[in-house]
Amino acid sequence: MANKVDISVHHVTRVEGHGNIRLRASDGKVEHVQWQVPEAPRFFEAMVRERSFEDIQTIVSRICGICSVTHSMAAIKGIEDAMDIKVSEQTDKLRILCHYGEQMESHILHVGYLVAPDLLGQKSVIPLVESHPDVVKTIIRLHRLGNTWMEIIGGRMTHPVTLKPGGFTVLPSEEKLRELKAMIEKAVPDLKTLAEVVLSLADKLPAFDRDTEYIALSGPDYYTFYHGDIASTDTDEKVPVQEFERVANEYVVPQSTAKWTKWHRDSYAVGALARFNLNAELLMPLAAQTAKKFGLTKGACNPYLNNVAQIVECVQVVEHGLELLDKLLTAGIKPEPVKVEPKAGEGVGSVEAPRGILFHRYAFDKKGFCTKANICIPTGQNHGNIQKDFEALAPQIIDRDQDEIRLMLEMLVRSYDPCISCSTHYLNVEFV
Amino acid sequence: MAKLKVALFDFACCEGCQLQIYNMEEEILDLLTLIHPVEWREAMSDQSEEYDVAIIEGSITRREDEKQLKEIREKAKTLIALGACATIGGVNKIKNNFEMDDVKAYVYGDDARRPHLNTYPTKAVGEIVKVDYNVHGCPINAEEFATIVRCLAMGKEPKIPNYPVCVECKMKENVCRFEYGEICLGPITRAGCGAKCPSSGMWCFGCRGFVDNPNVNAAKDVMEQYGKTIEDLQSKIVLFGTEQEK
Repeated sequence: MANKVDISVHHVTRVEGHGNIRLRASDGKVEHVQWQVPEAPRFFEAMVRERSFEDIQTIVSRICGICSVTHSMAAIKGIEDAMDIKVSEQTDKLRILCHYGEQMESHILHVGYLVAPDLLGQKSVIPLVESHPDVVKTIIRLHRLGNTWMEIIGGRMTHPVTLKPGGFTVLPSEEKLRELKAMIEKAVPDLKTLAEVVLSLADKLPAFDRDTEYIALSGPDYYTFYHGDIASTDTDEKVPVQEFERVANEYVVPQSTAKWTKWHRDSYAVGALARFNLNAELLMPLAAQTAKKFGLTKGACNPYLNNVAQIVECVQVVEHGLELLDKLLTAGIKPEPVKVEPKAGEGVGSVEAPRGILFHRYAFDKKGFCTKANICIPTGQNHGNIQKDFEALAPQIIDRDQDEIRLMLEMLVRSYDPCISCSTHYLNVEFV
Repeated sequence: MAKLKVALFDFACCEGCQLQIYNMEEEILDLLTLIHPVEWREAMSDQSEEYDVAIIEGSITRREDEKQLKEIREKAKTLIALGACATIGGVNKIKNNFEMDDVKAYVYGDDARRPHLNTYPTKAVGEIVKVDYNVHGCPINAEEFATIVRCLAMGKEPKIPNYPVCVECKMKENVCRFEYGEICLGPITRAGCGAKCPSSGMWCFGCRGFVDNPNVNAAKDVMEQYGKTIEDLQSKIVLFGTEQEK
């Protein structure tokens, strides 16, 4: 047993953005364990001021390359809430569908490219091209599906073009939607293969439970990423998204100065596992069956299982995506020209990013120029929970080899699928 | 032929441009026959001090990042700026239209005075070190990126379009966005994106930066013809083009 443990990971790899891990221990006692975020702040809330409502989603989409559809949609929903703009059922369905493409792309990127190397004992996906060519090709095909899916509806894979307040600039043709449907149907066997591969490696995910408050959108009657109110595993109360500030309770921690969030406890978690824990009974049959295969049930509180919940959600978006496509194609795509007259008001938009619940608040003057913005991002909400996990996990594993401890802490960070560039609220801190 | 050692470094940005490299899917496997990635934090745990080509994604907004960028420049034979944040500052430059103290106070409130919030006005990579090649766009066009990398590996000079987006937009037979009463930056913006936004029913945001010699007079004529003012034009340029030469 090592007498002293001293771990300092500068810029954890295979995560989006920049984060550091520090752990010091001696004689089996943890003296200091910290998750730090030195990402350069980018000040989006300040930058959207004075910009027209029709440019907001274009700007805030750039908060995050991986969840650009999510940020665009949160902004658009916030604008629509502020200006009392109602959208058609067709728009609603197409948006949900486009958003599913992003869930698929992001989850596959995370599980396939960023996490799989840990499970297979490699430093990146590149050696896997040689050692596991079939697995890599399966991941590539699924990743491309997610991208093509977003592109068909959003006009581009990253930073969508067609999404705007009130509806779409151009609608996908029925022919394109039929192509998409065929592509999704064809991907089902690949998804099953990927689930089997991850299942065969599931014992590589550390066993570590910590009772946690989970928060996600919930309702009305399906496994939602787009509609609903804010729900928590700690309460039956459902909070309208317009009141998100009383859930997030952003605060500054004296020893770290990065803004954290908390509701009923010291921290809470958001993301795939949170959505599963709140809405699992609404999963479609194949997704529910996938969860069952992994033994994933409501109440799971091992953060590493977020990766498994992501696989379950990939199946869910495929199943529900096909159902939405059927409905859209049966009804036929109808042209819906969008003309929005700006007006003064304030509103909130909330959607589930692949990595958890996201809130955007905006106020506009009567000409539609932004006067106020507040954005509360999922990784910001997970930050405190990662720290609390570290504090609980480190003493349990402190007797292990230093490299193993480091890997387990890195894997824990990765399991949250953090998106640190969404750094609106992050301070740039030089820690101890 | 020895493979080029390539390292990718990211600064202030959304990392969506390196995502376009992932998005090349199978084509990455082809590129890997020409290049050897030695450092790429988002994709690999490997790190390296030796590389032929450094790819820089993101803008520079802090002194310590400026220092790191200069060190990278010294080590790299060739330096590529990847995406609008690196080539022209991108959306990060919207910040420069405000006082830095105001920007910090707006986002961080009472904590804004803490010393670690040492942001400064956004700079593009080329404002600090010499850039050998720019891969334009927000996000980049992955095909253009692949072409530039292939050219480098084969010792050829890549050709970057130096004509406006309108040329590509006309080839797509799109109706001009000005006809819809919108303001489009196509006439002054460098092509190479395939007129992606106008083809999807949006105006051009100018994310690829201005062409080398934008025909300002022609742009003014277009604005006049459609009853728009230079102020209207500037309100659109500000998204990606703050501080670009007018």
